[in-house]
Amino acid sequence: MGKVLVGIKRVIDYNVRVRVRPDGTGIVTDGVKMSINPFDEIALEEALRLRERGAADEVIVASLGPDDAQQQLRTALAMGADRAILVRADGAPEPMLAARALFALVQREQPTFVIVGKQAIDDDASQTGQLLAALWDRPQATFASKIELSGASARVTREVDAGLEVIDVDLPAVFTTDLRLNEPRYVKLPDIMKAKKKPLDVTDLATLGIDATPRQRVVRLEPPAQRQKGVIVKDAAELVAALKQKGLLA
Amino acid sequence: MNQVLVVAEHSAGRLNPATAKCVSCAAAIPDATIAVLVLAADGAAVAAQAAALNGVSRVLLASHPASEPALAAVLAPQIAKLAPGCSHVFGPSTTFGRDLMPRVAALLDAPQVSDVMAVDGAHRFRRPCYAGNAIATVEVDADRPVVATVRVASWQPAAAGGPAPVERVSADVALPAHTRFVSVSAGRNDRPDLQTAARVVSGGRALGSAENFALIQRFADRIAAAVGASRAAVDAGYAPNELQVGQTGKIIAPELYIAVGISGAIQHITGIKDARTIVAINKDPEAPIFEVADLGLVGDLFRIVPEIESLLAAS
Ligand SMILES: Cc1cc2nc3c(=O)[nH]c(=O)nc-3n(C[C@H](O)[C@H](O)[C@H](O)COP(=O)(O)OP(=O)(O)OC[C@H]3O[C@@H](n4cnc5c(N)ncnc54)[C@H](O)[C@@H]3O)c2cc1C
Ligand SMILES: Nc1ncnc2c1ncn2[C@@H]1O[C@H](COP(=O)(O)O)[C@@H](O)[C@H]1O
Repeated sequence: MGKVLVGIKRVIDYNVRVRVRPDGTGIVTDGVKMSINPFDEIALEEALRLRERGAADEVIVASLGPDDAQQQLRTALAMGADRAILVRADGAPEPMLAARALFALVQREQPTFVIVGKQAIDDDASQTGQLLAALWDRPQATFASKIELSGASARVTREVDAGLEVIDVDLPAVFTTDLRLNEPRYVKLPDIMKAKKKPLDVTDLATLGIDATPRQRVVRLEPPAQRQKGVIVKDAAELVAALKQKGLLA
Repeated sequence: MNQVLVVAEHSAGRLNPATAKCVSCAAAIPDATIAVLVLAADGAAVAAQAAALNGVSRVLLASHPASEPALAAVLAPQIAKLAPGCSHVFGPSTTFGRDLMPRVAALLDAPQVSDVMAVDGAHRFRRPCYAGNAIATVEVDADRPVVATVRVASWQPAAAGGPAPVERVSADVALPAHTRFVSVSAGRNDRPDLQTAARVVSGGRALGSAENFALIQRFADRIAAAVGASRAAVDAGYAPNELQVGQTGKIIAPELYIAVGISGAIQHITGIKDARTIVAINKDPEAPIFEVADLGLVGDLFRIVPEIESLLAAS
């Protein structure tokens, strides 16, 4: 039996219409709802199911981020994680830092499974799980839509451009979750109360022996080019005529 | 002088068109010399295709039986072994590249820039983030190589040129056995490929069933288009996962995109923003898809789509 380590990133909620600050220095965050990255909720759900099936006995959630990320870790505890670790970091830590922080925790906790999201919906980098797997020199099964265990290995179905790919990986391994892996459970009120008593440790990069100097810097943010609002045609005949006129249909 | 190494994506002896787009991105690096690296079981045919791309100065062919089908854990150590001397290592932003390149970056202890949409300098790039709601200009350290994935929807494929010389190389490195390929289910491939098609017709939740989704397929076939789908349509089982368009599916840039019964959630729009012309058919005049559509038609898709088909048949 082993442990599962799950990465939990605090991000702007996916329902929020993200806006760039007029001076191009960042994103408007005042009063904006923050949540667990949706892919990480799926990662946690998968970890909880592994524990419920008896394939693991402890689910640890970890976040690299500001003090406020404790809110998301508390939510994760309320969903059912056993304990949480916050690695404090200011600003927007790049994927390599997140991977190094998770790797330090991997060395300390020796999990059998690490599950992270396939991408964080703020940086959309899609790197952390793969970076961690390489640092750890263990298998990676990215974009997973199905994870089946058999002894010391796992059979993973991956959503790839061609369709569905199946690979076998020896454990321990790193998994990254796609949206169709599962549907995360809802948090119930009594669980929120219970979660307040669960352990949440706070540490920082220096304590873990990690150099926090970034290798890449965002020097500017700008809104994307806007598409012009087009025209509403009145019927199918007008649509076909317009498409033919543009040379898009013969 | 910048030495850019482009990792080729291929399957069944054919170079993926995404590689020609990576070459275009590589050519945007100032003072670049471009090499394409082909990792394959045999790979001679793929190497010849890569050698025929304009701007490529040489092709490195590393043949190894373990390299096919491609597994990141098997390819990454070979790339890391062959990369020294390179200033940049590029791969496509396809699932192949997204899986592989970070593993290469970690082995090289190099930063990775994901989804490069523009090159502003050898160490300065632009990339989308927040589901395309912001474009970030990113600067990376110049004291080590830069690993990047190239956002395929942002680049035109390199034209034909060459042929460049093909050199056989071998990465003398231990390959792991901890990751094993089992199978891949490819969908039907008699339709145009979603990622490179000039026309795409996508269906959403409004289709209501897999049977009804055939309406989208028939319409697409009628105008020689690829078929796409919203996440809601894929989740509901109307269409297979590889057809999903959007932030977490495929980012595409066809000449013509027709969204049928799709509301236009931001995560979907992200995937189609670079389309030349967007057409939306939706019964809700307030649907956000109309904000980005060049041509919109408000009404019931089950009536409108057959009508369009008969108009096309008549002409
Ligand atoms: C992290 C994350 C990532 C996501 N990634 C993606 C992604 O990659 N791609 C993606 O597509 N979504 C993605 N989504 C989901 C996205 O938010 C939407 O839920 C989804 O795009 C909705 O799909 P839809 O437009 O088909 O369905 P709906 O939003 O339900 O829209 C259906 C539309 O059909 C119209 N309609 C109904 N009946 C008819 C009719 N008879 N004729 C004409 N019109 C009709 C309705 O007016 C409505 O506008 C993601 C969500 C999250 C949280
Ligand atoms: N700061 C972080 N703290 C915890 N987990 C993270 C962090 N950054 C990334 N991750 C994990 O890695 C996944 C991929 O993130 P990214 O590589 O940034 O797209 C996320 O879904 C998380 O599970």
